Amino acid sequence: MAKYILRRLVLLIPILLGVSAILFTLKTLTPGDPARLLAGNNATEEQVNAKREELGLNDPVLVQYGRYIFNFVTKGDLGTSYRSGKPIVQEVLPRLSTSIKITFGAVIFGACIGVLLGIISALKKYTWADSLVLVLSMVFQSVPEFVIGLLLILLFAVSWHILPANGIETWKGYIMPMMCIGLSSIANYTRITRSSMLEVLSEDYIRTARAKGQTERNITKKHALRNAIIPVAQSIGNQIGTAIGGGMVLETVFGVPGVGKYIVDAISNRNYPAVIGGALIIAIMLTLINLLVDISFVLIDPRLKTTIISSNKSAPKKKAA
Amino acid sequence: MAKRHTPAMERIEKKNAKRKKEYRSTPGREAWKRFKRNPTALVGLVLVCALILVAIFAPLLAPYDYAEQNYGAMLQKPGPGHPFGTDAFGRDIFSRVIYGARYSLLIALFCTLAALFSGGLLGIIAGYFGGTVDTVIMRIMDIFQAIPMIMMAMCIVSVLGNGIPQLVAAVMFCSMPTMARNNRAAILRVRGSDYIEASEAIGVGRVRMIVRHMIPNAVGIMIIFFVGFLAVSIMIMSSMSYIGIGLSAPTPEWGLILNEGKMYMTSAPYMMIFPAMMIMITCFAFNLMGDGLRDAFDPRLK
Repeated sequence: MAKYILRRLVLLIPILLGVSAILFTLKTLTPGDPARLLAGNNATEEQVNAKREELGLNDPVLVQYGRYIFNFVTKGDLGTSYRSGKPIVQEVLPRLSTSIKITFGAVIFGACIGVLLGIISALKKYTWADSLVLVLSMVFQSVPEFVIGLLLILLFAVSWHILPANGIETWKGYIMPMMCIGLSSIANYTRITRSSMLEVLSEDYIRTARAKGQTERNITKKHALRNAIIPVAQSIGNQIGTAIGGGMVLETVFGVPGVGKYIVDAISNRNYPAVIGGALIIAIMLTLINLLVDISFVLIDPRLKTTIISSNKSAPKKKAA
Repeated sequence: MAKRHTPAMERIEKKNAKRKKEYRSTPGREAWKRFKRNPTALVGLVLVCALILVAIFAPLLAPYDYAEQNYGAMLQKPGPGHPFGTDAFGRDIFSRVIYGARYSLLIALFCTLAALFSGGLLGIIAGYFGGTVDTVIMRIMDIFQAIPMIMMAMCIVSVLGNGIPQLVAAVMFCSMPTMARNNRAAILRVRGSDYIEASEAIGVGRVRMIVRHMIPNAVGIMIIFFVGFLAVSIMIMSSMSYIGIGLSAPTPEWGLILNEGKMYMTSAPYMMIFPAMMIMITCFAFNLMGDGLRDAFDPRLK
């Protein structure tokens, strides 16, 4: 087990280096001269040159990248924001907790509803309830999160005035963003729960349970669901990435001060170091969360260890949704 | 000994020939047979066809030009002259939504084609050669996948600037890992087949092997991803243009119409409802059709 965790931790290094390399390349491709931007409009040519020297922009790109990584790893420094002049890490970190809260709330909300619907459609397979669940979850999957968000705002905030349309001053502000991201992910959970439940329900031990006179309720709850839930839980890792992406847009729609809104604002202000820094922090967070999810499932279900470790070693990768 | 030809025999032969032709089954025909029996898939297909027709005949269907401003008719509610109402510049929302079909579908098509081509190429190379090539390509794709798709697209557009080609490039890059992975899986499934082994045994070259033997046999799976990804790219595109990244006015893209309408959300909600409905219907139609195709081409996946 310790070996497995260690292996995964070592594998993190090339991935994080690669991610930072991609984002740093984007940063070097940005139009405009950062030295001129920071020095101000009235700066003389000499002042701009001095600033450029100070920022190390005259060095080769690889040296700049090395310095960027070195500063981040040793000092936690991702550069300063063009707009406020403050260090980016200081600006992003307080916002991170808001984004994480929304993401997790959304994943829990989506998973609960999705699993419930999946169980219903598996138990009532090939009936109208099954078709209704499938169509409903596909409708939510088809609609971009921000459209669900707008419709919810029109309904709950504009027509009924029960939830705030903007901001997270009270806990009520969290409800709609979480609902939007959660709803768009239920299709995934419903589908996996349904097929996994159907598979488990045809197992021998379910027949045994029926034969010894166990109630249907207990069979579903204790025998089937506990085994069927494993693939669903595994898919949560993938969903977190999608939820974070959707959250970026929704934070803007609902005016939530999270990292997503920070990045979107930075894009419209052409504040490139902030865009790249924010994106890097999100990517690191996502990678770490995925690692934690994987490790915790191995701890919960030791059977997975062999499959995960062997799938790491050799080819057949799981198919991306 | 010469074969005897009586009129009766000729008739039978003709009939047999005809029957043979009728019963010739190809994977495509089999898939179409299964697709036809699936009502939800047919609904999707009909909706998609309708949308394509709307996009093609937009100038005939739309009563006004999408950019035509009429200051005499600003912020009008839906009514006889303007079925979906007008926006703050007096532009007819119905016409903008109709032209929006043209822009949204066309851009989504370009995005998907670009993604399929670039990601597909990488996936096919990785799947065909295997070994080190495979490992290197797929590890790089893993790195790309560590960044959420839409965030990657937004970062790329922020660097390249607004515009349709930039948007296509952004969607292409951010969808590359998924596309590569899916196409690799498609090729790997074909790779183990006997006919590939047979072609290898008779010395078929690499390029010919990929182009003539592998791709045609994997094309069903690729079509599924293609249709499914059209919905995804419309979602990415409209989300981005809604928050003001990617496309700029007066392009009548649905997300952009929503963006322009959000200021009038309380006073004129109709400005948002119709474009939002169009996005929903379009993505829903593509998803229905994609699901139907998946069941049709690959009944085992159901």
